[in-house]
Amino acid sequence: MIGALLDRHPRVANYIYGFTPPEVGTVVLVHRRVYIVPAQLGWLFAITLAILLIGSINYALSLGFALTFLLAGMGLAGMAHTARNLARMAISVGRVEPVFAGETAQFRLYLDARSSFDRPAILARHMASRAQLVVDVPAGGITEVVLPVPAMQRGWMPLGRVMLETRFPLGIFRSWSYVEPQLRCLVYPRPERSPLPPPSAESARGALRSPMPGNDDYSGLRTYQLSDSPRHVAWKAVARSDEMLTKQFTGEAAAELWLDWARLAPSFGTEQKLSRLAGWVLAAERSGVTYGLRLPGVEIAPGRGELQLAACLQALALYGTEK
Amino acid sequence: MSLTVPHPLSPEMRQLTLRDLAWLTGSFLLVITPHMLRAPWWLTVLTLCLYGWRIYYTLNRVALPSRWLVVAVAFVGLFGVWLEYRTLFGRQPGIILLVLFSGLKMLESRTHRDGAVAAFLGYFLIITNFLYTQSIPTALVMCVGVFVITATLIGFSAPNRSLRLNLRTTGMLLAHAAPAALVLFVLFPRVQGPLWGLPQDAYSAMSGLSETMSPGNLSQLALSDAIAFRAQFDGEPPLPPLRYWRGPVLWDFDGRTWSAGMSTLVRFEEKAVTGPAYRYSVVLEPHNHHWLFALETAASLPERSRMTFDHQILATAPVRNRLRYDVVSVITPALEADEQRTSLSRALRLPQGFNKRALALGQEWRAAGGSDAEILARGLAFMRQGKLTYTLEPPLLGADSVDEFLFDTKAGFCEHFSSAFTFLMRAAGIPARVVTGYQGGDLNPFDLIVTVRQSDAHAWTEVYLRGRGWVRVDPTAAAMPRRVDLGLARALPQTSALPLMLRPQMEWLRGMRYQWEAMAHKWNVWVLGYSPERQRDLMISLGMRDADWQKLSALLFAFLGLMTIALLLWSLRRLARPDPVQRAWVAFCRKLARQGVVREPHEGPRDYSSRAARSLPAARRSILRIAALYIRLRYGERQSRPGTARLQRLVRQLRLN
Repeated sequence: MIGALLDRHPRVANYIYGFTPPEVGTVVLVHRRVYIVPAQLGWLFAITLAILLIGSINYALSLGFALTFLLAGMGLAGMAHTARNLARMAISVGRVEPVFAGETAQFRLYLDARSSFDRPAILARHMASRAQLVVDVPAGGITEVVLPVPAMQRGWMPLGRVMLETRFPLGIFRSWSYVEPQLRCLVYPRPERSPLPPPSAESARGALRSPMPGNDDYSGLRTYQLSDSPRHVAWKAVARSDEMLTKQFTGEAAAELWLDWARLAPSFGTEQKLSRLAGWVLAAERSGVTYGLRLPGVEIAPGRGELQLAACLQALALYGTEK
Repeated sequence: MSLTVPHPLSPEMRQLTLRDLAWLTGSFLLVITPHMLRAPWWLTVLTLCLYGWRIYYTLNRVALPSRWLVVAVAFVGLFGVWLEYRTLFGRQPGIILLVLFSGLKMLESRTHRDGAVAAFLGYFLIITNFLYTQSIPTALVMCVGVFVITATLIGFSAPNRSLRLNLRTTGMLLAHAAPAALVLFVLFPRVQGPLWGLPQDAYSAMSGLSETMSPGNLSQLALSDAIAFRAQFDGEPPLPPLRYWRGPVLWDFDGRTWSAGMSTLVRFEEKAVTGPAYRYSVVLEPHNHHWLFALETAASLPERSRMTFDHQILATAPVRNRLRYDVVSVITPALEADEQRTSLSRALRLPQGFNKRALALGQEWRAAGGSDAEILARGLAFMRQGKLTYTLEPPLLGADSVDEFLFDTKAGFCEHFSSAFTFLMRAAGIPARVVTGYQGGDLNPFDLIVTVRQSDAHAWTEVYLRGRGWVRVDPTAAAMPRRVDLGLARALPQTSALPLMLRPQMEWLRGMRYQWEAMAHKWNVWVLGYSPERQRDLMISLGMRDADWQKLSALLFAFLGLMTIALLLWSLRRLARPDPVQRAWVAFCRKLARQGVVREPHEGPRDYSSRAARSLPAARRSILRIAALYIRLRYGERQSRPGTARLQRLVRQLRLN
């Protein structure tokens, strides 16, 4: 209930949580941000203590008193130990590979113990998706946390709030802290499987040398470039010489496929169009043709390879989301 | 809410592993072993089987038994306990049931949460051991128990952590708990228990004198090594023959058994102390009766006690916990007022038709004439010359116990001697009564404390002489002077079944025992005897005159607050300061930021400094120098002290406007 209230009033939440999201750089869990309350086991522990105390009074058991008080002191010390397990830990972020909508994004966080003692049994939970895992951070060490968060929508997906929680050592207290580091994942549109469109008249114009584009006639070798597909590497030739060589095809060199938003049926919705285009981009990259992308307001010149693929998919992912 | 979402380590979700179960079993075994020695054997076996059963389930990765099976086992156990004790309530059956429940709880424990509850039950089982004994060895074993149970709990919440680290955390946690525990122990406002009625059998195990004496029961008691009480004297304790510790006074004889009968309380009048007086404090072991023991004759009355007309000191409540009291005794008491006529006639009463020979002997002495004192001397001479032997294994006696002892078996223990002599005196017309108590006691050379054991139990006679009042006569001492001079051990033949420690050959063992008992006495007084009164005394000695529970609580909370703050400071202290090079760099960045050149998160020192140098051309050279030095110190060669100092100086001297 309080959580819902805070979600609606972010400024109050920021004040209470002690930070303004998103947090840039390394986040240190200062004590102001570490909360602690008795866990359910803590109440059971308290009931046990009460019974022990009553028994000690009733039977005038001096050692009973000693035991009860030792356990009470242990509860007190346990509270400090639980808070210490989180306090002053540093959290930094790693990189996130882009994913397609419907896949799972792997957010990487690094928990830095920054202490001479280890910090066992720390739970990291992604609040929005409930993705979670438990890690032990060794003394003076850094532990990677990979939070698998399902990507639903294309565009930038921010990590959002992450809770770090621990009940170590006795389980009778629960200590937690929130972080919201600056980390986002690029989510491409969900690709729709669809055959490549025929090259338009416009793209045929650029293919004068080859009347039959896509024929894939072998025309010779050239030196390998990073953007070349591995399937076109002339492995036999490579085996003979030490040089990486790429097979060249006449059709390929000439074919320029424009994947154009405007050529899609107007009855398609925006997302459907983007999905179709994403499917085409993938198919075009797979078949090895040179392709360009045209969206309203965006044009990516024809090209091939990983970079071209990434640029096209990013344009599709962010279409309409940024000015 | 986030709280309701289970997480893999939440107590409700995480299943207990074999390691968890092994620790839990170990904890339980440690704390129930003392109980096993008292429990019926079948229950021990059943409980151990339940532990083994639970571990078997995890080893073979099968589902735990259904609740119904557990409930069925519980009922079988309950029925067994009922068969054994014919009740399910009371101390012993209650504890036996708890031991059984530890097995049942273990059997149904699936998750971390169940395991933690079982561990809490383990803590509770520790305290049940203290109902039987709170000795130093018990305390030590139970300390180990607390450590192991706590390590078990820590193992539950960090299942993947190495054992060594978990044990270290356990030690640290308990060390941090100790100061708070000490403060709580001293300052927690103590209340005098019990809060409610205790079970009937709560004190059944206590041994000691009783309100009756029949042939054989003192000699049984004399076989016990248990401590009756300890006395610490201001100055030299009296010599052993003078150490008569007065207990119950027995008036009524039925031919076999002496009993205390009716007794009335009198107002105690402080007597003027004449002759040597002894001041001492007694730490009395609980014996579940009212009487308090004091050297004859007490000249003061301990707190919360009263005196009877026959000079027994009675506590206002049965002594069920170790009790400490101060007394003053004198060796030569002042003369007393005349005894009441009814008491005297009660002290002459004899049962009809028993012990005819002894009766005749007594009447013969009276008929021969002479004063009471002469008859008394004649009686003592008879005891001395009667060839009576002193033994811990007296032969069984029939209905005429006095006759048989005096004339036939001629062997007995102090109860036989005092019983027979009192009978003879009554037969001769001299009022007499039996007094039971303890005689002697061991002086510990290490702390000068006199330890009196059950084996020092004794019975003697008091006779009433006109003009002198009640006079102590010890017929055992008359017949066997070594008994009171040297103690029981030397009065008996070496072959007797004497408690091991009393045997004279065991001198070196006795030396060790003295040291041990000196320690045990301190333990009893300072740890186990820390009562509401002690707490008050301690507060007074610390300068708190009127320490009521409000003041104690205020003090307690103040201390606990301080302790919590100390713990939190410890837990939140700055763990690692950034190194000086880093600090100098941060100061440098802050200086530039004040001039509007804020470092972007992605900017390394090189990019940042060249940008800053461009925007602040006046300081261009120093900025670049600082950055270059920082890069060298940070990423290049190892950090050098002069280099660090130069960086700090350059940053300090950097002027940007």
